[in-house]
Amino acid sequence: MDEVIRVEGLTKNFGQLQVLRGIDCSVRSSEVVCVIGPSGSGKSTFLRCLNGLEEASGGRVLVHGVSVHDNSTDVDALRSEIGMVFQRFNLFPHMTVLDNITLAPTKVRGVPLEQAREQARALLIKVGLLDKIDAYPNQLSGGQQQRVAIARALAMQPAIMLFDEPTSALDPEMVGEVLSVMQTLAEEGMTMMVVSHEMGFARRVANRVLFMDEGVLVEEGTPEEIFDRPREERTRRFLSNIL
Amino acid sequence: MEPILWFGWFRADIIAEYGVMFWRGLQMTILVTTICIMQGTALGLAIGLARLADARHSPARQICRYLLRWPSTVYVSFFRGTPLFVQILLIHFAVLPLFINPADGLLISGETARSLKQNYGAFISGILALTLNSGAYISEIFRAGIQSIDRGQIEASRSLGLSFARTMTHVVLPQAFRRMLPPLGNNAIALLKDSSLISAIGLAELAYTARTVAGAYSRYWEPYLSISFMYWTLTLGLAWAVKKLEARYGRGDTR
Ligand SMILES: Nc1ncnc2c1ncn2[C@@H]1O[C@H](COP(=O)(O)OP(=O)(O)OP(=O)(O)O)[C@@H](O)[C@H]1O
Ligand SMILES: [Mg+2]
Repeated sequence: MDEVIRVEGLTKNFGQLQVLRGIDCSVRSSEVVCVIGPSGSGKSTFLRCLNGLEEASGGRVLVHGVSVHDNSTDVDALRSEIGMVFQRFNLFPHMTVLDNITLAPTKVRGVPLEQAREQARALLIKVGLLDKIDAYPNQLSGGQQQRVAIARALAMQPAIMLFDEPTSALDPEMVGEVLSVMQTLAEEGMTMMVVSHEMGFARRVANRVLFMDEGVLVEEGTPEEIFDRPREERTRRFLSNIL
Repeated sequence: MEPILWFGWFRADIIAEYGVMFWRGLQMTILVTTICIMQGTALGLAIGLARLADARHSPARQICRYLLRWPSTVYVSFFRGTPLFVQILLIHFAVLPLFINPADGLLISGETARSLKQNYGAFISGILALTLNSGAYISEIFRAGIQSIDRGQIEASRSLGLSFARTMTHVVLPQAFRRMLPPLGNNAIALLKDSSLISAIGLAELAYTARTVAGAYSRYWEPYLSISFMYWTLTLGLAWAVKKLEARYGRGDTR
């Protein structure tokens, strides 16, 4: 049972504002963990600390035993092991879909271009967008852009994928296509940490759900435990607000 | 040779007589402008990046502030806050002799210095002054262009494992460059026109040629109107080239 990520006493302040107040958790290989919680509770900040996009104020984050926030750590190498998918896609608008996907493998890993392209085609088949291979991001719908963003992250063959509200910027009719790609990934054994309020997805796919409020992990358990029999009052209140 | 009188008052024969000199002047103007656009862009990129340099940990943090941001800010402020004409005079008559001087030049001295100064003095100072000046303006264009790129682009690139330098070259600068093309084009046009100021230190470019011709004949319409049209044609050409570039590189930009 190998651990992909281990978080120990993670804290994060923005000036006076304490956003994360001591978080401990770990994610095992092939596990799918959903993080839920009210707006402003620190979910995005938490995910961003995991791959070093944010500096931690205290505590540690270990990815395969390597400390993310150590000065001696090669963050670039570490980040290439951690895929991240953003709420607002963040595709590179000046590149075609193909170039978006091959950029990191060729530049960071030194994969030969032809091989990277072959792999990109395979990934586009997987997310159902092979016909858009030469399109530019602004020619795609939101759901299509997000699926390309997932393919782009997968091209680095990461050990874990982080998703920060991947469907909340999408029109409702496009949510399903993105979630089903994510579900396929989970079924293939990808380790995933997903910030999302898609309860249906969490119930179907997640092994564990974390409820975060005001920078602390209030409660964790299986989807059934959290959604059907929450122990904490704060969890109950949050769930009754969003359902 | 029969004088050709085009409009009665416009003595085109004067222009024809000095045709070779105007042609040389035109070439010099184009040469100086081209060199300064290229060097100014390189310098502007370096200074623009220096003005944005920052780091999370000391001592890199202090290095960025005191050795990069602070000097580059002063540099830009000086060259934007003083007249180009004064900068040209300062560099030609004060700075250059300090470095290239037959007696005690810091960089070059002796006979080489004498001939260099005599033959290329105005050329070197002119290019130096114009490069330094346009570098200051271009750095502001780079800075604004880089800052206009959404933070999410940088985060996406870094989270794929691309280093800061690779993120700049593959993600930020190509996008910033598209947005910078119009102001860079305006800057190139300004540079072309400003190159006429170098005539004051005796570089034989277009404006200097016109002045020479005007002095020889005490005729002013012919030489100055002629070079006006030459400058005008050049600026129109530049504007056209920038438009072409914009059309070519504008793909995929959503803004
Ligand atoms: N760069 C920053 N500087 C200052 N404060 C910040 C910064 N980033 C986030 N915050 C603050 O940290 C708190 C937590 O933000 P975060 O984005 O992590 O919340 P969240 O749980 O993801 O919320 P949401 O569901 O709205 O996305 C908020 O109060 C936010 O204003
Ligand atoms: Mg968030």
